Amino acid sequence: MSGNGQHGFGRVPRKEDARFIRGQGNYVDDIKLPGMLYGAVLRSPHAHARLVSVDTAAAEAHPQVRAVITGETLAGLDLAWMPTLSGDVQAVLATDKVRFQGQEVAFVVADSHYAARDALELIDVDYEALPPVIDARTALDDGAPVIRDDLEGRGDNHIFDWEAGDAAATDRVFDGAEVVVAQDVLYPRVHPAPLETCGIVADMDKVTGKLTVHTTTQAPHAHRTVYALVAGLPEHKIRVVSPDIGGGFGNKVGIYPGYVCAIVGSIVTGRPVKWMEDRSENLMTTSFARDYHMRGEIAATRDGRVRGLRVTVLADHGAFNGTAQPTKFPAGFFHVFTGSYDIEAAHCAVTGVYTNKAPGGVAYACSFRITEAAYLVERMMDMLAAELDLDPAELRLRNLLRAEQFPYSTATGWEYDSGDYPRTLRKALDIAGYDKLRAEQADRRERGELMGIGISFFTEAVGAGPRKHMDILGLGMADGAELRVHPTGKAVLRISVQTQGQGHETTFAQIVAHELGIPVDDVEVVHGDTDQTPFGLGTYGSRSTPVSGAATAVVARKVRERARIVAGAMLEAAPGDLEWTPGRWTVRGDPSSGATMQEIAMAAHGSLELPDGVEGHLDATTVYNPPNLTYPFGAYIAVVDVDPGTGKVAVRRFVAVDDCGVRINPMIVEGQVHGGLADGVGMALMQVMAFDEDGNHLGASFMDYLLPTSMECPSWELGETVTPSPHHPLGAKGVGESATVGSPAAIVNAVVDALAPYGVRHADMPLTPANVWRVIQGRPFRTDLAIP
Amino acid sequence: MPRIRVEVDGTTYEDDVEPRLLLVHYLRERLGKVGTPVGCDTSNCGACTVLMDGVSVKSCSVLAVQADGRDVTTVEGLGAGGGTHPMQRAFHEEHALQCGYCTPGMIMASLDLLRENADPSEDEVREGLEGNLCRCTGYQNIVKAVRRAAGEMREPGRQEVTP
Repeated sequence: MSGNGQHGFGRVPRKEDARFIRGQGNYVDDIKLPGMLYGAVLRSPHAHARLVSVDTAAAEAHPQVRAVITGETLAGLDLAWMPTLSGDVQAVLATDKVRFQGQEVAFVVADSHYAARDALELIDVDYEALPPVIDARTALDDGAPVIRDDLEGRGDNHIFDWEAGDAAATDRVFDGAEVVVAQDVLYPRVHPAPLETCGIVADMDKVTGKLTVHTTTQAPHAHRTVYALVAGLPEHKIRVVSPDIGGGFGNKVGIYPGYVCAIVGSIVTGRPVKWMEDRSENLMTTSFARDYHMRGEIAATRDGRVRGLRVTVLADHGAFNGTAQPTKFPAGFFHVFTGSYDIEAAHCAVTGVYTNKAPGGVAYACSFRITEAAYLVERMMDMLAAELDLDPAELRLRNLLRAEQFPYSTATGWEYDSGDYPRTLRKALDIAGYDKLRAEQADRRERGELMGIGISFFTEAVGAGPRKHMDILGLGMADGAELRVHPTGKAVLRISVQTQGQGHETTFAQIVAHELGIPVDDVEVVHGDTDQTPFGLGTYGSRSTPVSGAATAVVARKVRERARIVAGAMLEAAPGDLEWTPGRWTVRGDPSSGATMQEIAMAAHGSLELPDGVEGHLDATTVYNPPNLTYPFGAYIAVVDVDPGTGKVAVRRFVAVDDCGVRINPMIVEGQVHGGLADGVGMALMQVMAFDEDGNHLGASFMDYLLPTSMECPSWELGETVTPSPHHPLGAKGVGESATVGSPAAIVNAVVDALAPYGVRHADMPLTPANVWRVIQGRPFRTDLAIP
Repeated sequence: MPRIRVEVDGTTYEDDVEPRLLLVHYLRERLGKVGTPVGCDTSNCGACTVLMDGVSVKSCSVLAVQADGRDVTTVEGLGAGGGTHPMQRAFHEEHALQCGYCTPGMIMASLDLLRENADPSEDEVREGLEGNLCRCTGYQNIVKAVRRAAGEMREPGRQEVTP
């Protein structure tokens, strides 16, 4: 049954498409409620300034303005500050100072979206400029301006120190190492830039006392709990609805000041309030990604046996520590930085600092900082290969974990579930025609042409996570699922995760279909409405398949077991004498005597006498607490051509072999990989959130913050291997973020390889034409400009 | 306030509009045609692409008053009689959409592309859709979908399906 697609796994076309191709999706900005008003945010032009006064009189006099909310208004409600996902606080509307350019200062509620914008112009704010901290490397200097003077006892810009691994053992390995290579590696600040920005429609019903918010959230249940904690509303009087989301990419995990302002606006006016940000607001003020200044060191033997890794990181977190990650992991899962290699000792130390920039850090398909970790180790491997004059593929093959080493405990405490890395790398090398490519490269070099080949082999860690270790603000990272089979055999599955395009409405139906042997079309997937779905932590960190996918398999198996008991009563056979063939319980040895799921469903709701203790109906619930994360992996190879005259990089080919265990829907997996590879092109070659020394954001629109178009992306060449996760009920691992994690290193490695004739050993992202040209010319590299 | 008369998806509307009202907001907020979304504020993303007298425009960069006397087609106007246009079907069949947010604009831009070039190569499709950003698909399946639709639309007797 599985394989043909209709009864389970396979290339099932997406259920979601029918509405989207007709313009019949329902995104937040499509929602229009009776009496709805429109909000707009006044933002700071300064990166760091004392707020002297906010004069709203003229705005309030505007005939279409219904409310103007300031920090002072919110302070009166004890809502001027809100908790962040990292246990810090963030200003909703500034009361004392502004701490980054674009920060929220006032909120206008008006009859129309145009009037709200007009009224912003009528607010007069008096600022007293303060010196900003822009370069994270100066944030801890003596005399650096203190950004967070709101925090009791805080006299500097230091947020946290965190480390993992065995420092002493690592130092010993380095002291005795034959070869050590060290390099400063920057992963620049970028932004996930979902095509749909963030927004909300807040609707406080004063009669029932119930607040309904339709909002761009990847984690609706977590939002509900946070709103309850912040606003003091009881949780059963809060309904969070995440409708269709136009891409999230980690941007829509946290709660933004605009959401809180719209809720307050609805409470104040008694009418629904919509707030939808512009692109520039999205880029300037919502969760950025990366911004890790890393110092990497790799130790090896002269014959290419990697022995140790040591990393120090300076993490720029902006003005408020709003990083979204499990509570016990202030640097996310960065400590998977030993990657795919058998390394005897490793240590990392991460220091987080405040700067006068927007909060964020964990976003853009990073799997909680694994983008940074994978990039670091794959860059260091290439630098080591260059130092040893070894082919980078050969160096990796000498050090990759072998299949028989799994489950494998890393030097920093992870237990990788399964893998067969050399097989996957060899497959990628075959698809690429690696040896021929190297021969072609040699020919081209003879002719003065710059061609580069870059490899990245990454291991991901996705599916957070075991709730003993992983929680968000104290909420354990287990996810619920509820499955109900109707009398006619059609099913409704309710899940706690929230698709933003990843195809959950299709793939989760496939899981139920696979387990119960009913058609995919007979399964409706409900998600995103906290009144209708079981509690869970939402979709990010590629956790949907590992956690909620597992929950779905488990709940479907519970229903199947209940169906066995009902079938036993129907067939007058002991349940233990029944056997399962997809869609049907039959009496062992008598295949003609059986009952289909549809017949069983009707009987379960009918007059059939059921055994004692069986209540009837056909439904089940479960909560899945994963025993471990899943560890998908992949081998990527990029081929680039660099124009020595202009520095322009063209990605000629990109081979991606991913292994995410069992593939529920290969078509959807491939689409996820395509999208992530485009992210890699964007980050490696064009994207950076740049600031000038005054803290002006230089990349705050699509004019400067460049996203790859169809022209910069090659035709992707994909391959797959299948190494199931042994602990997952379906053998499936997460995959959504793999390509974003794995691909930037392949492209940068390829560009550096192309530039080898100039003696180049490393160059930071983004490798814009101007930057590559500078490298070729031996000039200093610039990451501080949007279009350098 | 100027009065405009505009045909949108086969229906004629007459409205008084502020001169500064953008066409995309006229479509979304006044006519309820929310199938055409907004993705940026600098005319880069193309999510708001519609056809005006058969030619693709970014409706965030056109004033509603400029649509006076024109014929506007949005994604909601495709697929006569509740059916689907070959371009819509091809996007579905080739998995050329994920979150669906760029899809309406991408489909409309693709139709304009085929109006100019009924049999585009892969490179020509990529160049023709350069004005439309997608964050989910990495473009490859979109290119496949447009070429698939082009093939279907070139079949004799299929011309009537173009808007």
